[in-house]
Amino acid sequence: MRNVPTIYQREIMSYFYSPIAYVVISVFLVASGFFFAGNLQFWQEASLKGSLDSIQFFLLLLTPVITMKLFSEETKSGTIETLMTSPVTDFDVVFGKFLAALTLYIVMILPTWIFVLFLTIFGNPDFGPIFSSYIGLILMGGLFVSVGLLISSFTRNQVVASVIGIVSLIILWVVGFLSTYGEGWFYETLRYAGTFDHWSSFTKGIVDTRDVVYYLSFTTLLLFITVRNVESRKWR
Amino acid sequence: MINVKNLTKRYVNINAVDDISFDVEENETVGLLGPNGAGKTTTMRILTCFMPATAGKVTVAGFDVFTDSLNVRQQIGYLPENVPLYLDMRVNEYLMFRAKLKNIPRRERRKKIDYCLELTGTSDVQNQIIGTLSKGYRQRVGLADTLIHDPKILILDEPTIGLDPNQIMQIREVIKDLGEKHTVLLSTHILPEVEMICDRIMIIDKGKIVAMDTPANLMKQIKTGSNVVLEIKGDGEKIKNSLSGIDGVRSVSWKEKGDANEFYVEGSGEKDIREDIFKCIVKDNYILREMKRQTVTLEEVFHQITTRETEEVSENA
Repeated sequence: MRNVPTIYQREIMSYFYSPIAYVVISVFLVASGFFFAGNLQFWQEASLKGSLDSIQFFLLLLTPVITMKLFSEETKSGTIETLMTSPVTDFDVVFGKFLAALTLYIVMILPTWIFVLFLTIFGNPDFGPIFSSYIGLILMGGLFVSVGLLISSFTRNQVVASVIGIVSLIILWVVGFLSTYGEGWFYETLRYAGTFDHWSSFTKGIVDTRDVVYYLSFTTLLLFITVRNVESRKWR
Repeated sequence: MINVKNLTKRYVNINAVDDISFDVEENETVGLLGPNGAGKTTTMRILTCFMPATAGKVTVAGFDVFTDSLNVRQQIGYLPENVPLYLDMRVNEYLMFRAKLKNIPRRERRKKIDYCLELTGTSDVQNQIIGTLSKGYRQRVGLADTLIHDPKILILDEPTIGLDPNQIMQIREVIKDLGEKHTVLLSTHILPEVEMICDRIMIIDKGKIVAMDTPANLMKQIKTGSNVVLEIKGDGEKIKNSLSGIDGVRSVSWKEKGDANEFYVEGSGEKDIREDIFKCIVKDNYILREMKRQTVTLEEVFHQITTRETEEVSENA
């Protein structure tokens, strides 16, 4: 655990030295602002209804861009060799990188509070669903980042990492929809595995332990697999 | 400090390192020599815990590389080939990051960084972004990083590759100085380099150790013959005939060189034939302008040893 802050600090530094952070954040804010305006006009009510779903969709597309470099870049440039031959555990490296990407993700969604500000100026929104939605967004961010991190640890090509990341997140999102095609344990599992169902209860203002457990356990599992994958260099 | 026993690393279908054993003593500088793909980098990666061995036991500073990896890594400074660095960081920031990673106490970090900057001659560029530095400076920043936690053992993979002659000399000086207080294992294919800085040389080829000794002994091992190069004024063919008559001369070849001729006399045994040659030339009244014994360079040793191996292999095949 000792070196988690060191890794975290370097990753954060590197995010803000490269144009990636700025590009991703601007794209996200422009797109979500556009959809916020659209949804507001359509629903004519002081809530984030609709806007949050489009925000969630853009996060799906942009989070893999945040995470793509985490391991791919190190493998490609060879810095993985200096990193892994310093006295640092694999867990420290994985967890430090995870926290850094999650931080950037949170920095990215933070400015959307300006939408909430607009709502309070011109209306009287219910803060319950708004707070719960943001809790949901952060939990979901953890999952998205861990998916991207795992994929980045498999390839040295950043483009491949981001494309596979986006596809995986889309699959994870829609797999729950398949549950409407049938009944039984199989479809029930699909519904549980998909992120959409868990997400939608947050937007309704419900913070259900089952959903929190879903996100946290899924994230932990993926981080565990990533640590194992980074370690696997040692058994191959 | 480094003990390697029956180390084998097997990739899908080839043995990159094939059952090698060696020891490196404290404060010794050992040069690892070998053609490309001989297994130098693989050996180093195993020693630095980057890769596991397929078989064999490796202990570094008393710790096993597989079970005690963190302790081993604390003891070694490793400079990989091509010196990977984070190009988006400044030199100072990079060294600070590495210092933290290598568990240097907070109060000592700045002091250690300044010391390493000084030692490797990178103080002038400490605020530059690494990506803007030339290859030579990057190499030095890499070296500063390997030294920062004052490791007992330095493992350097081709530390002078891609540098200009002046930089090579400087880096060599640095390594030579370090070798007095550190155990150094370095790989290279520049032979004068090992001759200059190493106490012992280990030549590996196709994953096997083919020779291991001090540079001087290695050169003795190789059949030096007693070859002599001469520059003589006079009729080439006639001189050749009279030289060939000397006892202990195996062959003579010559070519014109300016207004004289250059002779290459190959001796057959350990006997020094120079005296006889001199007498012979004086007797026939030729003018001797130069006579020198041909010294064996490490290049030849290396070439002989590594090609001898190939010949044996091809004979077996």
